Amino acid sequence: MTSTQRNTKVMNRFELTQRLVSTLKDEAVIGGIGNTNFDLWAAGHRPENFYMLGSMGLAFPIALGVALAQPKRRVFALEGDGSLLMQLGCLSTIATLAPKNLTMVVMDNGIYQITGSQPTPAAGHTDIVAVALASGLANSSWAADEDDFERLIEQSKSASSPTLIGVRIDDKPGTGTTRRDPVQIRERFMHGMGVRQLL
Amino acid sequence: MAAAEQASPQTSGTTWHGIVLQTLKRNEIKLVPYVPDRVLTTLIKNLHADPYFTTFPTAREEEAVGIVSGAWMAGMRGAVLMQTSGFATLANVLASLAVPYQIPLIMFVSERGTLGEFNYGQALVCRTMRPVLDSLAMEHHTITRLDELEFIADRSIKQAVTTQAPVALILSPLLTGGKTFDK
Repeated sequence: MTSTQRNTKVMNRFELTQRLVSTLKDEAVIGGIGNTNFDLWAAGHRPENFYMLGSMGLAFPIALGVALAQPKRRVFALEGDGSLLMQLGCLSTIATLAPKNLTMVVMDNGIYQITGSQPTPAAGHTDIVAVALASGLANSSWAADEDDFERLIEQSKSASSPTLIGVRIDDKPGTGTTRRDPVQIRERFMHGMGVRQLL
Repeated sequence: MAAAEQASPQTSGTTWHGIVLQTLKRNEIKLVPYVPDRVLTTLIKNLHADPYFTTFPTAREEEAVGIVSGAWMAGMRGAVLMQTSGFATLANVLASLAVPYQIPLIMFVSERGTLGEFNYGQALVCRTMRPVLDSLAMEHHTITRLDELEFIADRSIKQAVTTQAPVALILSPLLTGGKTFDK
């Protein structure tokens, strides 16, 4: 499947998302387009979650904006490898601004699962974590397994620079489907961020 | 805010870029990511020099749109600076983020491709801008006169915020002098 030498376990997106969400209190989570936010939704809706229904590749930039606006709040961003490939330049921008309250997770299965599991142009030879490191995000690493993922998430909460965690995942589709109501998603998220009261 | 309003000719209301900077400040727009344009050089330099603003380059315009969208949802206002060809990369993010999520995205677009353009590609790209804005029924104004700039920019920013709708403020070469073929 892949020619690069990796000792990282192939995990499951929904299980990892559940593990992350189960530890959260008031942290923001930005879920990238498609399966990434479907699994975030399925892990249990919370007002601090933002679900993208388009704008592929912008989970990290949106999360950067949240992190800059609220430097005291931890911000998680969940993004697929195919999505990140559309916006690799954002890694350099994030390295420049270096918000320490930002934790990025790249769910890497090497395929566009939702469109029919076609391989991405990066599949098998592009190391996303190496790209992040070369972009200036020194605090970037692959999670070896589920426990290592939880350890890296926990470690990121007290990091002095932004964190990027790569996870290899299987080819399973998302669990559940986000309710596609953009205004309600945005309004609830703003309520979760403490800048809006619900009507 | 009063302390920050000094009478430097670079940032005062006597130049188009001075008016834009002061209008951003008056409307509490602190976050200004951009993809640069020659015409925007002085504005960008002055934004960097003013500690009120968090301003920085992004690799693509849609990245900047994502950043200010996230920031607005978390309570910080922003605006994006770009040139015409940068706007041409935004149809997807406008149609799938700014418009449907009702985000008051504020864009300043330095207009290339008209009134003395020397690059045919820029001239063609420019012709795609207003049809894209109109196809999404987005508010947009082309600013040509210094005496109208503050009114249009200030009112448009306030309208964007109160109606939760994006706006594009197109800075015409008639206002900025544009980019001329020199060598």
